[in-house]
Amino acid sequence: MITIHTASLAASWFAQENAAPFKPEFIEGAAATIVRILWLIPAIPMLAAGLIALLKQPQRRLAAALAIGGLGCSLLLAIAAFGHVLTSWHAGAATREVVNFNWFDMGATQLQLGWLLDPLAAVMLVMVTFVGLLIFIYSTGYMAHDENFTRFFCFLSLFAGGMLGVLIANSLLLLFMCWEIVGLTSYLLIGFWYHKPSAAAAAKKAFLTTRIGDIFFLLGIVWLFAQTGTLLFYNVGFGAIESRALTTLLAQPAALGLSAATAIGLLIFAGAAGKSGQLPLHVWLPDAMEGPTPVSALIHAATMVAAGVYLVARVYPLMSASLHPGTPTISLTVVAWVGALTALFGALVAVAQNDIKRILAYSTVSQLGYMMVGLAVGGVAVGMFHLITHAFFKALLFLGAGSVIHGCHEEQDIRHMGGLRHSMPWTFWTYCCGMLALSGFPLFFSGFWSKDAIIGSAHNWPVSQGPFVLLLIGALLTAFYMTRQVSYVFFGKWRGHGTPHESPSVMTMPLAILAVFAVGLGFFGTPAWPWFSSFLESKPVAFDGLAGFNEPGLVLLMTFSSLLVFAGLGVGWWLYARRPIAAPALAPFHKHRQEHGDEESTAPGEIVDVLEKASPSIWAFLAGRMFFDEFYEATVLRWYGWLASLAGWLDRRVWGGLVSAVSDSFRGLGWFNKNLDSQGIDGIFDKGCEELVTGGGVLAWLQAGRTPGYLRMLAFGVLLLAGLALVVGAAMGQVRL
Amino acid sequence: MMPVLSILTSLPVAGGLLCLMTKRASLARGIAAVTALASLGLAGWIWLGIGAGFSSGGGMKFVERADWVPGLGIEYHLGADGLGGLMLLLSAIVCLMSIVASKKVASQPGLYFALILLLESGLFGTFTALNFFHWFLFWELSLIPAFFLIKLWGGEKRGPAATQFFVYTMVGSVALLLAFLALYQATNSMDFEVLTRMASSGELATAIQSHLGPVALWLALMVLLGFAVKVPLMPFHTWAPAAYSEAPPQVTMLLTGAMSKMGVYGLLRLALPIFGQQLAQVRTPLLWLAVLNVVAGAWAAVVQKDLRRVFAYSSVNHLGYCLLAIFAVAIPNGQGSATTLTQTAALDGVILQMFNHGLTAATIFWFLAMLQERTTGPLATSLNIDGFGGLRKPAPVFCGLMGIALFSSLGLPGLNGFVSEFLIFRGIFPLTWISATVAVLGLLITAAVILTVIQRVFTGPLPQRWAAFTDLTTGERLAVAPALILMAVLGLFPQLILGTVNATVTYLLAGWRL
Repeated sequence: MITIHTASLAASWFAQENAAPFKPEFIEGAAATIVRILWLIPAIPMLAAGLIALLKQPQRRLAAALAIGGLGCSLLLAIAAFGHVLTSWHAGAATREVVNFNWFDMGATQLQLGWLLDPLAAVMLVMVTFVGLLIFIYSTGYMAHDENFTRFFCFLSLFAGGMLGVLIANSLLLLFMCWEIVGLTSYLLIGFWYHKPSAAAAAKKAFLTTRIGDIFFLLGIVWLFAQTGTLLFYNVGFGAIESRALTTLLAQPAALGLSAATAIGLLIFAGAAGKSGQLPLHVWLPDAMEGPTPVSALIHAATMVAAGVYLVARVYPLMSASLHPGTPTISLTVVAWVGALTALFGALVAVAQNDIKRILAYSTVSQLGYMMVGLAVGGVAVGMFHLITHAFFKALLFLGAGSVIHGCHEEQDIRHMGGLRHSMPWTFWTYCCGMLALSGFPLFFSGFWSKDAIIGSAHNWPVSQGPFVLLLIGALLTAFYMTRQVSYVFFGKWRGHGTPHESPSVMTMPLAILAVFAVGLGFFGTPAWPWFSSFLESKPVAFDGLAGFNEPGLVLLMTFSSLLVFAGLGVGWWLYARRPIAAPALAPFHKHRQEHGDEESTAPGEIVDVLEKASPSIWAFLAGRMFFDEFYEATVLRWYGWLASLAGWLDRRVWGGLVSAVSDSFRGLGWFNKNLDSQGIDGIFDKGCEELVTGGGVLAWLQAGRTPGYLRMLAFGVLLLAGLALVVGAAMGQVRL
Repeated sequence: MMPVLSILTSLPVAGGLLCLMTKRASLARGIAAVTALASLGLAGWIWLGIGAGFSSGGGMKFVERADWVPGLGIEYHLGADGLGGLMLLLSAIVCLMSIVASKKVASQPGLYFALILLLESGLFGTFTALNFFHWFLFWELSLIPAFFLIKLWGGEKRGPAATQFFVYTMVGSVALLLAFLALYQATNSMDFEVLTRMASSGELATAIQSHLGPVALWLALMVLLGFAVKVPLMPFHTWAPAAYSEAPPQVTMLLTGAMSKMGVYGLLRLALPIFGQQLAQVRTPLLWLAVLNVVAGAWAAVVQKDLRRVFAYSSVNHLGYCLLAIFAVAIPNGQGSATTLTQTAALDGVILQMFNHGLTAATIFWFLAMLQERTTGPLATSLNIDGFGGLRKPAPVFCGLMGIALFSSLGLPGLNGFVSEFLIFRGIFPLTWISATVAVLGLLITAAVILTVIQRVFTGPLPQRWAAFTDLTTGERLAVAPALILMAVLGLFPQLILGTVNATVTYLLAGWRL
């Protein structure tokens, strides 16, 4: 442990401002240069965003160059940071290094912020910068014809900065601040096409729904702060999630028999649930698909929505703190159940969607549920591994969907696509990689390994087998709905209008790169070679070969879940790809859709899904997303409206009425003084003022003497009043009442 | 030593007299702007001086003292610390902003600017006076120009609004005056520092008891009423939406940006130190009123149609956090370092929030003034929220910059509002977790209100009649830029203000007995 006395930039700035002594910074482990300049990783994209904001709309190339260049620098730094952690790990040195600095004085203490580098952060940094960079490049093609191209890259860069800030924050407060910046950019990008009322509404919904989670999160933060006196995660033993603080928190009872640690953990999880689209706060995520598709890929699939999962992983010591080590805590039990229900819910609803992006959005909701379960039942590495693999294959799927939408002239309804495997071969093959990875196709795709690790851990969870069962059903459904989607989009005959075309190479190249990772990443986390979990836990990694599969029941479980995946794929193929889906008579439908602006209902002449034919009511329930939105509209939003009206009514009638009543009664009392009153206040003031405003010719005269005269009179009157009261008071004081 | 505070207070009066003498609008505005700029420079210098002087503790700096009416305990006693000094700075900033924003004055520009400067002087006097008599003069003095500014340049219903504002505040003032006369009778002093010392040593309670009987609580409530009206605290707030929406937005900048802080300042300078123990007795009902301020204020903003009224209620909500923290702090102190730290955090937050709200609310009303300038004409009727839409298309810079101010008001981290709200919640949560948990709803509702404004005004299809809406001119961009930059700077480096504020709060808390 080395104590560094050279303060960071911000700290030295304050040190000059104030004579107050500043605590030196503490850096755990070696104080490597890369750790000290780690703050540049979020700062560079933010700076790029600031510069782009100053550009003019036509400076498109420069904007894109700044954004891509900025994130490129961050990627290089992230790789350097990753390499640094890797080196420390191999050398057996401490893999967590932190830099803390004073932000401001609070009483006799200082509020400290800081950043950290550990395996968890390093992995995420590389993932976010790499996937982000690919999506930035893709966006130059996708958004090429948008008139607000420059602003798009400004927002994207700001997002990247905020997201990277979340990753390196060593302070719950700093994390929250970046978290909100990320929320802001999500809001701005969902509503990017602001002239569309639906986009503006979706943006607002996203911000407010996540903010519901965030106010709980904020309460958790202030509670934690009040209890432990710090918001730093790690601070040489004095951090808020280090054992000293956790012991205090566990001993502190909250309500309902929960310890403060549990209560704070649940509050923080509420924030994570909002951001990561967990039940019941998931409603914003599907609507967020109103944003441009690269945004959906970057923010609403790969990175931001995973920030909630990352948060839980970051505060894992708090979530898992227990007086009886080894037993699942209440907080993690809640996380597991919420995650499992979300996983099943998302998969069920995804089956009955017809919008290519909405299917993927519900799939994201579902997969985020898997990650949460993974964290809760299997630990940080299990959840995080799925986060990383999912980021690649889901970004791939969204970008592929964007390519499809682009090639089909902005069509998003899968019923009006078909046969695209001929016209869009690059998109098709890469999409298949993503789809098989998401479905968990055995052995060769990353999703299989990460998902099976979660399912396996859920099976071993001592509390309940419920999540395990829910996840298995979810796995079956995932394979099914992805097969359905791919069959609709790429197989059969073209059912849309116009001619579909393959996207330019600036869009297909990122797809190809992501596809490689969607396949290959899985091999970093197999039971044979558990590199990922060893790295995150800073344990030595060994190649176990087939011996890694020796755990009892493991192979059996893998076989079973593989069979479920095959079942899902097979049933999907049987229902949707065996025979080409019949092309409907399109013209009347499009007319109808244009007239009514109705996207969900099945118009005359529309394809009726085979499942809809089989059971219209269940289909309607799923297609209607289990009516969560309607339920909220009927309850929460209605109460909100009522309470707002009540507040308005109270204001007008009660408080205002009270004032009128008081003034009326005073008027009644002062009836005898009516002359004085009406002449005095209403008369002189009103008359004088009217004269001032309207009396054209008199104005000069008034200005010369009259108005200051009023002022003088008034001021004099106040003086007189005060003086009089004083004299009277003094006199009274002498006579001593 | 130079009587810096006296110079600062008289500077705007001098400028105001010059304004009165001129008939040309541009000249009057120029004089006013130069005066306000000079005041800002001096206030800034004082602020830096206060911070620099804190190596010797967080008490009063730039103290001026002279006998005035010795027989009545009236002294000319001025001083500034991290609380008063920050308010000087805020008043100077807001007045300058208001003057720069007043580009077209309908009539009587000389008088208009003179009144604004007089108001500035009243604010300076209020924030520096340390003797009740002296303080009260300026407290009332600031009311007069405000009254006339509403009455003469306001909207259609300016008459009732101005009268309501004046009478309401006057009622509060009378209560204040009577209470302090009683205090004088009991203690023979009107000096804030003396009264604070007596309160903390317990002499004050004894003196009140022996001279006046068991009326200490009543006196405290009267003082509270005076400030409750000014802030405003629900249910004494009904003048505020009327006044804020009827006054020209440039004047509302002053009302909400600076004058509302007089009430909070009074609570911190007079009510808490002198009547802290009495306030502690009625703490629970006061807390609920403050929670009502926060929640009902935000909710009432939801149903408003006029943009000025929306932000009037939003101001009620934002100042509610200040009130909440002040009342929450009113528990017996000296209970150990953890409680003291919590109280310090809360009061740090209050003072920072005063500044932040002043800056942000003034900026928002500035944007409303610019919106009003662009929409007056045959087509526009008022700043009705339903009359707009899609302004991002013709005026991206206007929407972008106003967006920054709006997100500051929403409490977005990275901008100024977040830090103070965080500190306030950090402070109140351990002191009264129920109030904090309910009040946190206010953050959510405020977000809903502000996003709805953005949705209705900035986005969606552009109505035909605003197709020719002009974006901000270069001059306007440069004029608002400093305020917006300040928001970001304070959001990232709150220590710039908190260092001095924290030293003052630490000093004050040590001298209080709550």
